[in-house]
Amino acid sequence: MVSFSILKRFAWDLQELLKYSVQLGRRLFGRPFYFVETVEQMYFLGVGSLFLVVLTGAFAGQGFALQFSIELADFGSKNYLGRVMAIAVFRELAPVLTALMVAARVAAGITAELGSMKSSEQIDALRAFGVDPIRKLAVTRFWAIFIMLPVLTIICDFVAIYGGYIIAIYIAHISGTAYWTNVMVKVNLGNIIVGLTKPFLFAVIIATISTHMGFSTEGGTKGVGRSTTDSVVACSITILMVNFLFTRLIVPLLKGIL
Amino acid sequence: MIRFENVSFGYGNVRVLRDVSFHVAPGETSVIFGVSGSGKSTILKLVAGLVRPQSGRIVINGTDMTQVSESKWSRIRPQIGFVFQGGALFDSMTVGENIGYALLENTDKPLAEIEATVRETLRFLNLSEDLIDILPDSLSGGMQRRVAIGRAVAAVDPLIMLYDEPTTGLDPVSTRAIAEMILKLKDVKGVSSIIVTHQIADAFGMTDHFIVLHDGVVVFDGTCAELIHSDNQHVREFLAPFIDSVRALPGVFE
Repeated sequence: MVSFSILKRFAWDLQELLKYSVQLGRRLFGRPFYFVETVEQMYFLGVGSLFLVVLTGAFAGQGFALQFSIELADFGSKNYLGRVMAIAVFRELAPVLTALMVAARVAAGITAELGSMKSSEQIDALRAFGVDPIRKLAVTRFWAIFIMLPVLTIICDFVAIYGGYIIAIYIAHISGTAYWTNVMVKVNLGNIIVGLTKPFLFAVIIATISTHMGFSTEGGTKGVGRSTTDSVVACSITILMVNFLFTRLIVPLLKGIL
Repeated sequence: MIRFENVSFGYGNVRVLRDVSFHVAPGETSVIFGVSGSGKSTILKLVAGLVRPQSGRIVINGTDMTQVSESKWSRIRPQIGFVFQGGALFDSMTVGENIGYALLENTDKPLAEIEATVRETLRFLNLSEDLIDILPDSLSGGMQRRVAIGRAVAAVDPLIMLYDEPTTGLDPVSTRAIAEMILKLKDVKGVSSIIVTHQIADAFGMTDHFIVLHDGVVVFDGTCAELIHSDNQHVREFLAPFIDSVRALPGVFE
């Protein structure tokens, strides 16, 4: 009985999310477009997340390189570290970790902000002035994340690969030339397509879920806290699920160019 | 001006309003009384088109607003001033940006002209022009409500003003200032107003048209004298704690 009500609740939430996604999608290209607000959000989301993404890329890249340099040494294949790093970082680590970090920081912030505005009737106040809150608050954030997440992912790519280079040189004792040559072998069209498509998908997930959770907040301060937590959890799980499905469906299709 | 005809509304399975009918004449101020949860604020949201009725008609200036599309509503709403409970000021914007918000958003006026309007509005509200660059959080509750009124009237001359609990939680001095502001707006701009409150004593000086809601149903619609002498059980229960102070108000039994 309990599980049925949970399922019913989940189905209702999903239906509301889909309805909201349609509303958001219809407004993405229309007017008015709040250019200044979008640039402000790009600065807040992009520059504000930069340090976090650099730290994530550096430590994830070094940790991964450290593990694999040991394993590859057992097979006498240390020189292939660059190749392994490129595949792992471009296809999986950088897109997923960047999206998870941005979800943790940005989705929480967006949901909390919109949720507080909803609780204090500021969203209704906007509508009372003839302003569409989805255009004003959600579309601006959508484009900001959609533009900045791929940029942050590329930065994470570079930092993680460079982190691997430090491990390769100072711990695995691989020559820099061998490392970079192997990295460049895997900087190909297939990996670029996979590595750069994912951030756009994840951006849509983060922007849609976080703004929807904010707009649907109910229950005052407690409700804002609950929505914020739910938003981060929903974004993170959806990112991981979509990442798996995308890899399962698309990577086999690109096999010839990977 | 504003006419509700058998309007019903609910959130999900919870019925909030049932067959509500009343009329507010042009230039008239009407006060809606009722305990918390009786559906008072929902009436204001229905008038402003922020929510749509499930049945019935809402007629404003002869137009059936229930048939109006959302995009048309967006153009009409700026002509309806809405003072939200607690003010609902945009907390990331200064007082000046709040008051000038609708002008910034809906017109192409130059910034200097908007600032002049904001300063004029602050003077109208008896607030210092020095507040223009201050964030709303730094203001007292009474000042926030006055800024909220200013924000509602600065953009255009509104046809309708809606006040949701404008004096709740304020000290007597601020309450009087807000009441004077509402009367001044009515006299100067000639707007039709609906005031939702459960502050009975504050409301008696503002108008002579009262509506009492109980559990989403209109149980009284009439004048002050009719209200005081109403036999309706819910009206009497609602007035009982305040009846002596109401009788003592000047003009109530003149």
